[in-house]
Amino acid sequence: MGILDGKVAVVTGGTYGIGRAVSVRAAAEGAKVVIGARGQQAGIDTVKEIEAAGGEATFIATDVAKADEVEALIGGAVATYGRLDLACNNAGIGGERKLIHEVSEEDFESIMALNLRGCFVCVKLELQQMLKVGGGSIVNMASANGLIGTALFTAYTASKHGMVGLTKAAALEYATQGIRVNAVCPGGVETPLFTETYPVGSESRKTAEDFHPIGRIGTSEEIAAAVIFLWSDKASYITGTCLTLDGGLTAT
Amino acid sequence: MSDFDHKIALVTGAGSGIGRATALVFAREGAAVACSDIDTESGEATVRMIEDLGGTASFVRADVSVGSDVEAMVQTVVERYGRLDVAHNNAGIGGLGKPIDGHSLSEFERTMAINTKGVFHGMKYQIPQMLKQGGGAIVNTSSMMGLVGLAGISAYSASKHAVVGLTRSAALEYGSKGVRINCVCPGIIRTPINQKYWDEFPEAEKEWLSIEPIGRYGEPEEVAEVVAWMASDEASFMHGHALSVDGGATAQ
Amino acid sequence: MTDAQFAGKVALVTGASGGIGRAAALRFARGGATIVCADVDEDGGHETVSLVAAGGGTASLVLADVSSESDVESLVDITMHEYGRLDIAFNNAGIGLFGKPLVEITEDEYDRVMGVNSTGVFLCLKYEIPAMLQSGGGCIVNTASKAGLVGDAGLSVYSASKHAVVGMTKTAALEYARKGIRVNCVAPGVIDTDINTPFWQANPGAYEEFSKKPPMGRMGTAEEVAEAVAWLCTDDAAFVHGHAMSVDAGLLAE
Repeated sequence: MGILDGKVAVVTGGTYGIGRAVSVRAAAEGAKVVIGARGQQAGIDTVKEIEAAGGEATFIATDVAKADEVEALIGGAVATYGRLDLACNNAGIGGERKLIHEVSEEDFESIMALNLRGCFVCVKLELQQMLKVGGGSIVNMASANGLIGTALFTAYTASKHGMVGLTKAAALEYATQGIRVNAVCPGGVETPLFTETYPVGSESRKTAEDFHPIGRIGTSEEIAAAVIFLWSDKASYITGTCLTLDGGLTAT
Repeated sequence: MSDFDHKIALVTGAGSGIGRATALVFAREGAAVACSDIDTESGEATVRMIEDLGGTASFVRADVSVGSDVEAMVQTVVERYGRLDVAHNNAGIGGLGKPIDGHSLSEFERTMAINTKGVFHGMKYQIPQMLKQGGGAIVNTSSMMGLVGLAGISAYSASKHAVVGLTRSAALEYGSKGVRINCVCPGIIRTPINQKYWDEFPEAEKEWLSIEPIGRYGEPEEVAEVVAWMASDEASFMHGHALSVDGGATAQ
Repeated sequence: MTDAQFAGKVALVTGASGGIGRAAALRFARGGATIVCADVDEDGGHETVSLVAAGGGTASLVLADVSSESDVESLVDITMHEYGRLDIAFNNAGIGLFGKPLVEITEDEYDRVMGVNSTGVFLCLKYEIPAMLQSGGGCIVNTASKAGLVGDAGLSVYSASKHAVVGMTKTAALEYARKGIRVNCVAPGVIDTDINTPFWQANPGAYEEFSKKPPMGRMGTAEEVAEAVAWLCTDDAAFVHGHAMSVDAGLLAE
């Protein structure tokens, strides 16, 4: 028996990297998983992987930067499974490495629209559904960059800091209504997003790995484990916090 | 199969409150638990509770503020069980309800000796054993008051802040060598320590509730589940983190 | 900031014989305060007093080990007896223990570092606060450290001691917020003072390495920290309370 038996979970950006690991693990723990992401084929593949392992999942094409698509995602989850208990707002992009004065307004807007405003829209709609069932647990996928800065990633850092603030405020608003809202702040994680920015074998990759006191970056499965934990009743007294998984990056 | 099967866990302050709850969770998850406390009666009671539930446990008395006691405690555990995989440095005393200039030097020193030096002693003797084995996990009990202040408990807050400092630094020193070190920061939990304080200052029990956005105090079991997760392989990328289990208290 | 912002005020500075303490004593004196310098180092203490006098200021030296309750009690008594008031206190006396892994730290080393850095701050707060209440209010700044906000390999007990300072700062701030005493701490990053000398000597090349670490590409000076401390004690900082102010060239931002 899985610890998420009978629960319905939405995972945005759930078709690759951390999101995919969350979707797969959640299904393995008994949740019915609704995956919202942009890539149709990746969505189909992820659902197939979950079903092959005996789990249950649905894919709904979603661009979280578009509010009507988020509405369709949440609405679709409820229409399919009758309720919403859990959410992992993970969809996000990193952006190009640029000094702040080189970042165009369009660049900044597009990252904020997806990473932060998208998260806000998701949280808003998820909360409405969770209130109907008397409770729930939301995990926003922030980043170590929601706590500290990194040169050349201004917009990403701002969006993730924003996500942390949003998480705390939402947690305070719904704390007495059975809904817990937390953020996970990963350090470097072996994902396509990370590899895009730090190609395997590159100097920048080695620097990024060394930047982690334990000498390695994390795996998507390690991050997914934290999401599952925060979703579970074991975390019943945890709300409004940033759970950091970063091999010691922000400890120093 | 559980994460803690065939593992040896040591819990200090296991005679009551969070320590007892953690000892029970470790035992439930399959570990043999060495329960340590300065109070033999309550420590042995925890052992009996574990045995009544079909688990394996033993008692070892120690005053964590005394280095030689802690050294002997760890030695005893290794002699009895052959190894030490998980340690929860939890023994501690509470706040005094006086302004800083109302604390005597001996009160200040006693709080620091048990709450901070006790953790220092714990890690000093646990780490070498874990290094010999190729790894292990340590969770120290700090507190919400290790992250923020509160009027009336300056010595307690100083001691719990210091635990965070020890934890982060030790994590950075030993993380890459296989010993994963983190601390838990509970909010206001229904423990004998707090009950004692509320007995002396009944207004506090009502007043403090406003500190908890979730609208209630936490149960020791809620902290114990988190400690167990942090000590498990599920949390393998968590190093040097101070994890809040505080009903949203530090989100505001 | 004007030159006379501390005119008529009495400022107590612990660890005033060198480094950040000396820089702060000189800075407060330039602002018109009368300085009580406290330290265990007599020669260094006298030199600080001379430097203050050479700049036209007034200072005296009281030998005091902040880890001794009787020393701290006397220090504050003497200050009140000599000058009748205490307006500013910079609890800065501190010692380092850098580069030793936790498992190698002895009981004595632990006790010494915690005794000066944490118990010392506790004792100073304990005796300064009543004196400030008597004086109608005041401003306290404690020297924490970047290591009081995060950890670092080789800094376990030092970091613990400085985290404790942050904890006491916040708590004292909450206790005296409405009683006219403002309490904050500074959290310096890597500052070029003598506290680091044993570490540089034991680790050749470390000085250069640490000089390049901060985002600004250099270490800080004692004067830069002293400016922050002084600012915290001006009316411009009247709404800053219970804060750990980083003076670290961006080390904590990353």
